[in-house]
Amino acid sequence: MNTKVKRTALLGMVTSVALVLAYLEAILPPVSTAVPGIKMGLPNLAIIFVLYRFGFKDAAVVSALRLFIVALLFGNVMTLAYSTAGAVLSLTLMGILKKTDKFSTVGVSVTGAVMHNLGQILVAVFLFETVQLGYYMIILSVTGSIAGVLIGISAGILLRRTEKLKI
Amino acid sequence: MKNNKKAKNDIILVAVILLIAAIGLLLVNITRQDGAFASVKIDGEETARYSLSDNNTVEILTGDNGEYSNTLVIENGRAYISEANCPDKICAGHKPVCYKGETIVCLPHKVVIEIVSDSSDSGLDAVG
Repeated sequence: MNTKVKRTALLGMVTSVALVLAYLEAILPPVSTAVPGIKMGLPNLAIIFVLYRFGFKDAAVVSALRLFIVALLFGNVMTLAYSTAGAVLSLTLMGILKKTDKFSTVGVSVTGAVMHNLGQILVAVFLFETVQLGYYMIILSVTGSIAGVLIGISAGILLRRTEKLKI
Repeated sequence: MKNNKKAKNDIILVAVILLIAAIGLLLVNITRQDGAFASVKIDGEETARYSLSDNNTVEILTGDNGEYSNTLVIENGRAYISEANCPDKICAGHKPVCYKGETIVCLPHKVVIEIVSDSSDSGLDAVG
């Protein structure tokens, strides 16, 4: 089969998986109502997969599509601003970390999770002009690390299992 | 790079993040002060300040026609949101706040309740 067609089809499939994971996460009950923003970051599993299997550019495209479609389906302009800041910061740092080749998917995923939280907190601080929101960041960096480790381990397994996948 | 070396770097990375969080938490606890007033900010602009020493119930109305509502309750020196008509109700689920700098945020209504120590903010223009 034409490699380019195959790549495009695969990327489309991964994008839909990312969307389903985002939806799954949205319908799960919140971990804590006291600290909003604690979540597993399931869609990051798909993003990490693309980052390792296809490269940074394709990961950026899948990530952007995911943000846009999720905002269209379940969100609004406000949630788009939050998720975009989180995703841009997260993907950039994950890309850099992966390039250094000094960390496994766990390190990359943890960085992605914490940076995603940081991006959203920064937008909130900017919108509300309340630096105190930084308190949340302390809790979120701990929960983000835990979620990041779990997603990172899963991503590692996923990548090993799909090693034979020709792209 | 070898996988076990990577795993070691992963652990160091997570440890550093947790260390930073621990230092942050320590700083927050050391610098924590009792607050005296609850400041209400709507879309970044402070609109009112209520003393924590007086029990009080205030309905904060926002939106173009005041269709968004958050009910702020001050009880026994602590402030919390008892009711809200926002979609996520995160603010209503937030624990009561009383320390300086603590906040309750309602993202959908752009309402922030922040605990402050003074009755007026020197950085704020004297309006209303």
